[in-house]
Amino acid sequence: MDITFKNVGYTYQAGSPFSHRALNNISFHIPSGSFVAIIGHTGSGKSTLIQHLNGLTIPTEGTVQVGPFILSKEKKEKDIKLLRSKVGAVFQYPEHQLFEETVAKDIAFGPMNFGVSETEINQRIQEVIPKVGLPEALLERSPFELSGGQMRRVAIAGVLATQPEVFVLDEPTAGLDPRGQKEIMNMFYELHQTEKVTTILVTHSMEDALKYADHIIIMNKGEVYMEGKPEDVLLKINELRRVNLDVPESILFLKNYLKKFSLEDEVSVKSIDELADYIQKTYKGDYA
Amino acid sequence: MNTPLVEFTNVSFRYNEESPWALKDCSFIIERDEWVSIIGHNGSGKSTIAKLMNGLLFPNEGEIYVNGTKLTSETVWDIRRDIGMVFQNPDNQFVGATVQDDIAFGMENRGMERQLMIERIQSSLEAVEMTEYRLIEPHRLSGGQKQRIAIAGILAVSPNLLILDEATVMLDPRGRAEIMATVAEVRGAESLSLVTITHDLNEVAQANRVIVLNKGEIWKITEPRQLFTERTALKNMGLDIPFITSLTEALKERNVDIQNEPLNDKELLEELWILHSKT
Amino acid sequence: MGGSMVIGQYVPGNSLIHRLDPRSKIIVIFFYVIIVFLANNAASYGLLSAFVLISLINTRIPIRYVIKGLTPVWFLILFTFILHLFVTKEGEVIYQIFTLEIYSGGVKQGLMISLRFGLLIFMTSLLTLTTTPIEITDAIEALLHPLNKVKFPVHELALMMSISLRFIPTLMQETDKISKAQASRGVDFRTGPIKERVKAIVPLLVPLFVSAFKRAEELAMAMESRGYQGGEGRSKLRELKFTLKDYLIFGLFILLTIGLIIIRQ
Repeated sequence: MDITFKNVGYTYQAGSPFSHRALNNISFHIPSGSFVAIIGHTGSGKSTLIQHLNGLTIPTEGTVQVGPFILSKEKKEKDIKLLRSKVGAVFQYPEHQLFEETVAKDIAFGPMNFGVSETEINQRIQEVIPKVGLPEALLERSPFELSGGQMRRVAIAGVLATQPEVFVLDEPTAGLDPRGQKEIMNMFYELHQTEKVTTILVTHSMEDALKYADHIIIMNKGEVYMEGKPEDVLLKINELRRVNLDVPESILFLKNYLKKFSLEDEVSVKSIDELADYIQKTYKGDYA
Repeated sequence: MNTPLVEFTNVSFRYNEESPWALKDCSFIIERDEWVSIIGHNGSGKSTIAKLMNGLLFPNEGEIYVNGTKLTSETVWDIRRDIGMVFQNPDNQFVGATVQDDIAFGMENRGMERQLMIERIQSSLEAVEMTEYRLIEPHRLSGGQKQRIAIAGILAVSPNLLILDEATVMLDPRGRAEIMATVAEVRGAESLSLVTITHDLNEVAQANRVIVLNKGEIWKITEPRQLFTERTALKNMGLDIPFITSLTEALKERNVDIQNEPLNDKELLEELWILHSKT
Repeated sequence: MGGSMVIGQYVPGNSLIHRLDPRSKIIVIFFYVIIVFLANNAASYGLLSAFVLISLINTRIPIRYVIKGLTPVWFLILFTFILHLFVTKEGEVIYQIFTLEIYSGGVKQGLMISLRFGLLIFMTSLLTLTTTPIEITDAIEALLHPLNKVKFPVHELALMMSISLRFIPTLMQETDKISKAQASRGVDFRTGPIKERVKAIVPLLVPLFVSAFKRAEELAMAMESRGYQGGEGRSKLRELKFTLKDYLIFGLFILLTIGLIIIRQ
C-alpha cells in the first residue's frame, strides 16, 4: 500500500493549557513495497508520526493516506478496524501487550478481532511460529513463563498472524542481545523481500538503516529534517551532527581514512565488506 | 592490605531446585580501583552475578567475600554500604518524588545528618552534571537522565564499588553516551571500582578486564584487546563484535597485514599508515 | 499525556498559602470543616465565605481555573439545593408548580446547605491547589506520628503514598501505550455494545497488572540495594518547620472562630 503524508500537523490536547505541538507540516510519499527507516531523537515526533499510520492518531492538520484509507480531521475514516488489519504495528517492548492464557491464544487474538476464521487462524499460527524462531512446544504454555526474548517473539508472531500489508516497527529489537537483534531484523527483512510487505522501521541504529532501508526519513523537532537514500543521507556528517545524531561507524571511518590518506574520491559504502574492499584497493597508494 | 574488593570462590546459583544452574562454579576477583566488564548473551547469568555481589541473592554453593568479609545474611547490610547498583529499567529504581528526594533516599536509609545530605546532593549532582534538575519530578526526565540520577544517588553514599547492571540497555544512543561519559568521569574523580554488565562489546573497550560468561559459566577472563581477537568464539556465543574488530578482520581476509589488534579508529588508521609507508 | 483537569490539581506558586507548612494547612482546614457547622445566619456565613475568598485571592490562582476545575462538584451542589428546595416544608408557600409546593424555608435551607457544601469543597481544594502531593504526604506522616506508639505503621503508610504518587504518571503512560498496542490488534475500546467494551478491558488490565507487579518487584530490589530496611534509623531530607506565618494563621483562625461564635444566633 502506498503511504502519503500531506502537510500533516499534530498538536496534543489542542486548545488546552497543556497543548504541545508534536508534528509540523510533514509531507512525504512512500511507494508500496519500500523499506523506510525513520530516525530521530526521543521527542523528535517519530512515535507520533507512526501512530498516524493505523489511525491511532488522527492528524489535527493535513491528510494521511494509507492505500485506500484517508485520515484527516475533516473526514472520519469509517473502517478504522479494516485499516488496522492491514497495518501490523510492533511497538517498543511489544511483549508488554501479551495477556492471554496461552501463547497460541495470544497469537490468535489479533486475527480473531479482525474476523479471521478459526481454521484459518490455526493454520496461520503454524506458519508464523517457525518464522519467529519459536518451538511449537511453547504454544500451550503461558506467555508469562517465557524468557523476555521469547515473549518478544510471541508478540511479533501475533502481529505476523494478522498478515498485514504494511509493517510499522518501532524499535522492534530494543533490549535484545546482539544475536536476537540480528535474527528479528533478518526475519522482517526477509518478509519484506519475499512478500513485498511495505516496512516502516523506527530505529536508533544507523547501521540497521544503512543495511536494510532503501529510503530514510530523519525527523527533528516534529519536522522532516532530511530524506533520501541511506547512502546519500548518512554521508552528510555535518548535517547529522548538527542534530546530534550518530554517523554510521563505517562512514565515519571512511571519512577519516580519506583524510589521512589524502584521497579525494567520491565513494560511499553500504557495508564493512565494501569498506574493506575500498581500503584494500587504496591503502598502498599505488592504485589508479 | 591486599585483600581484593570482591572475591567469588566456586559460586553456583539456581533460582529453584528444578531449574538449571543460572551460574555454575564461578571464581574470580575484582581488585580495588579496577574496572571490570562482565559480558554475555541474555540469560548467560551476568545479572545473577550482580545480584549475588550485593546480597540480593545468595549462592547455593561457594562463597562470596567483599572487602574480606564473607557475604551472609548477617553481613549483608554492611556490605551493601560498600556497593552501589544501577539497574536496567530507569523508571523502576526512581523512588523519590523529585530528583533531590531520590538522591537522598540512600543517605536517609543510613541515617545521615540533614545538612550533610544537602551538601552531598549538591556535589553528586555536580558529578553527573545535572545541578539544574534538583527539584524536577522523574516523569519530566529522559531515561538517560534518570539513570544519571541513579548514579548520583549512589555516589552520594560513597561506596567502593559501583555496579551498572545493563544500565544502558533501555536507553537511546544519546542516553547511552551520556551514561558512559558520566561513568568515565566519576571514575576519574573518585577512587571507585566499577563493574559494568552488558552485552554490548563496544562498552567494554575502556575496562581493565573482561569476564565473559556463556551459559552460566565463565568462558574467559581477559583484557579487552585480547578478547577482540577471539572473533569466531564471540560470534558463536551470540555476541556482536565491535565495528573496528570486524573491519580489521575483513581487511586481514583481504591480505592487509595488520599486526596489532586495534581498539579504535585511530589505532587502525595508524596501522594502515605504517603499512602504507612501508611500500 | 492525560492533561484533563483534575479536581484541585496542584498549581505551582509562591503565595503565603503556598509557603505555609502543610501541617498548618491541614490543621486549619480540619477545624474549618468543624466550625462551618456553627454558622446559622447570613452574617456567619458571610464571615466564613470571606475567609475562603480572601485565602483564594491570596493564592493568586485564577478563580476561573478553580471554578472550572470543580465542574463535576457543581452538579452535586445544585442537586443538594434542589433536593432541599422540594423536601423542606417550612415557612410560607412562595411558588407552586402543579402539585409541588415550594416553601420559603426550603429556599433558605437549600441555599444554606449548598453554601456550606461549597465552602467545604473550596477550602479542601485550597489545600490540594497549593500543596504538592508529597508535602501532603509529609504532613500526614508528621501529624500521625503519635500513632507510632500504638504500632500503627505511619512511616510505611507515608512511603506507600509517596511511591504511589510517584508512579501515577508512569502508569498513565503505560496505560496509553498498552491500549494503543491492543487497539492496533483490533480491540475497540470506544464503540460497540457495553458487553463488548467491558470485555475489551481485559487485554488492557492484564498487561497493566503484570507490569505493575514487575515494577514493584524491581523497585523493592532497588530500594533494598540502596539500604532500605524500614523506617527505623532513617533520617529525613524533607523537613517541616512551623514559622511565624504559621502561627499568624493559627491566630487568625482563632479570631475567626471567636467572631463566628459572637455573630451566630
